[in-house]
Amino acid sequence: MSTLVDIRKLTRSFGGPAVLDGIDLSIAPGEFVALLGRSGSGKSTLLRVLSGLDTAPAERLEIPKRRSVVFQEPRLLPWKSVIQNAVLGVDHSNAKARAQQALTDVGLSHRTQAWPLTLSGGEAQRAALARALVREPELLLLDEPFAALDALTRLRMHDLVFDLWRKHNCAVLLVTHDVWEAVALADRILVLDNGRFSREIRVDLPHPRHRSDPQTAHIETELLKELGVELSHA
Amino acid sequence: MADTIATGQAQPTRPEQIRSERDRSRLARFATRIASPVAIIVLWQVASSTGLLSARTLAAPTEIIAAGEKLVASGELVTGLTVSFLRVLIGFLIALVVGVSLALASGLSKTGEAIIDPPIQMLKAMPFLGLLPLFILWFGIGETPKIGLVAFGAVFPIYLTLHGGIRGIDRKLIEAGQTLGLGTASIIRHIVIPGALPSLLVGIRYGLSVAWLSLVVGEQINASSGIGYIITYARDFLQTDIIVVCLLVYAMMGLLTDGLVRLIEAYALRWRPEAIA
Ligand SMILES: Nc1ncnc2c1ncn2[C@@H]1O[C@H](COP(=O)(O)OP(=O)(O)O)[C@@H](O)[C@H]1O
Ligand SMILES: [Mg+2]
Repeated sequence: MSTLVDIRKLTRSFGGPAVLDGIDLSIAPGEFVALLGRSGSGKSTLLRVLSGLDTAPAERLEIPKRRSVVFQEPRLLPWKSVIQNAVLGVDHSNAKARAQQALTDVGLSHRTQAWPLTLSGGEAQRAALARALVREPELLLLDEPFAALDALTRLRMHDLVFDLWRKHNCAVLLVTHDVWEAVALADRILVLDNGRFSREIRVDLPHPRHRSDPQTAHIETELLKELGVELSHA
Repeated sequence: MADTIATGQAQPTRPEQIRSERDRSRLARFATRIASPVAIIVLWQVASSTGLLSARTLAAPTEIIAAGEKLVASGELVTGLTVSFLRVLIGFLIALVVGVSLALASGLSKTGEAIIDPPIQMLKAMPFLGLLPLFILWFGIGETPKIGLVAFGAVFPIYLTLHGGIRGIDRKLIEAGQTLGLGTASIIRHIVIPGALPSLLVGIRYGLSVAWLSLVVGEQINASSGIGYIITYARDFLQTDIIVVCLLVYAMMGLLTDGLVRLIEAYALRWRPEAIA
């Protein structure tokens, strides 16, 4: 099987003990991988390396050129309208039409001319998703993109991300500390702990997945156990 | 469907009502605010008419109005104003170009900051109007020292606010720009400049007020044209009415240019929450 992301022995430290301690990671084209871990376990650090915002020594570091990031905050430029944000950095002849389409896909066709600061939290994050997808990325990096949203909005966002993933066929690396989010969406779940992946679980269950299903419930329990105490308030 | 129709009908009446109520309360506030200035002017006029206040000290409001009309009719005021306005305009444009360039250089690179920022912080501490004697020694008594003083005074607020604005830009937005594949030039254009614009506009407004102040001082020295010349001439003939007219013109020009920048601000910063609300 071909790989889109191929990383061997990636190490990153900020002076103290290594935050990422010789990590291996490979992601296949179109694969949906979820990354779980305590807060401070290095999830964002890994994502920053993958997004190119940070550099770190590795034996091998293969990352696709076409990649996009959505952060926990929407990070829209407040002085540009939603559609101007979406086309930013896209040098394609019909960037505008593609942005319009991407915004329609996330259900924001009526807000394309709005100023970002007038959007609700969910709308802003959908705009950020659209901006990421206009680039037709091979790899979509999501760093706890729904953590700041209310529970109901977050569940809707799960469906949206799933649909978008199906439509665009891109690989996704979703960082989350919401175990159900990982189980509901991912093909494979990784748990980061002490600079290494302490657990890897394949989820070969059909979509849509239901929380009441004994198989998903079993995986959820496993992961909760793996994450330990932290989870009681997650 | 019914929902949209209902809100669609409600819209035309409600905002208008709110606006007219707001207008009325604003009018009331305005009336209370101008009550005491009006009273002072009336007292002033009474003092002048009864001879309590001599015209040598301060002319009566009515005389000032008459003097103003005469100055306008003779064309003196317009000519003088044009000269003075050009001095501010040229001096301020120099300050804008220099201030923005320095702020960009120092805000965007650590080296630039190390070179540019310390001397500016030191110069800033100097009472710049006190430089006038030096300016006259260096540049003579023509236009240069006057324009120079305007430029020198206005450059600091422009530099300082823009520099602060650039430094204060959210790193997270710059990172977002990088992940969108923007190069340095695009990041400056799409993120740094618009992000620092609110600060720059504050600096421009402040710089303009300093520019007019510098002009008033600079024009006292050997002016052969401009508003300052009219003032010097009036002083020699003890015409306090003309002096007051000129001071009012300075004030009005200051307010006018400030209003202009406010208009630009309202447009350029229309994305801000306070503009949207
Ligand atoms: N730029 C940085 N400088 C110093 N320490 C950092 C930096 N970025 C992250 N860290 C440290 O690395 C660890 C992992 O952080 P992070 O990757 O943000 O965790 P997570 O996203 O899993 O919550 C934390 O202990 C954090 O303090
Ligand atoms: Mg994080």
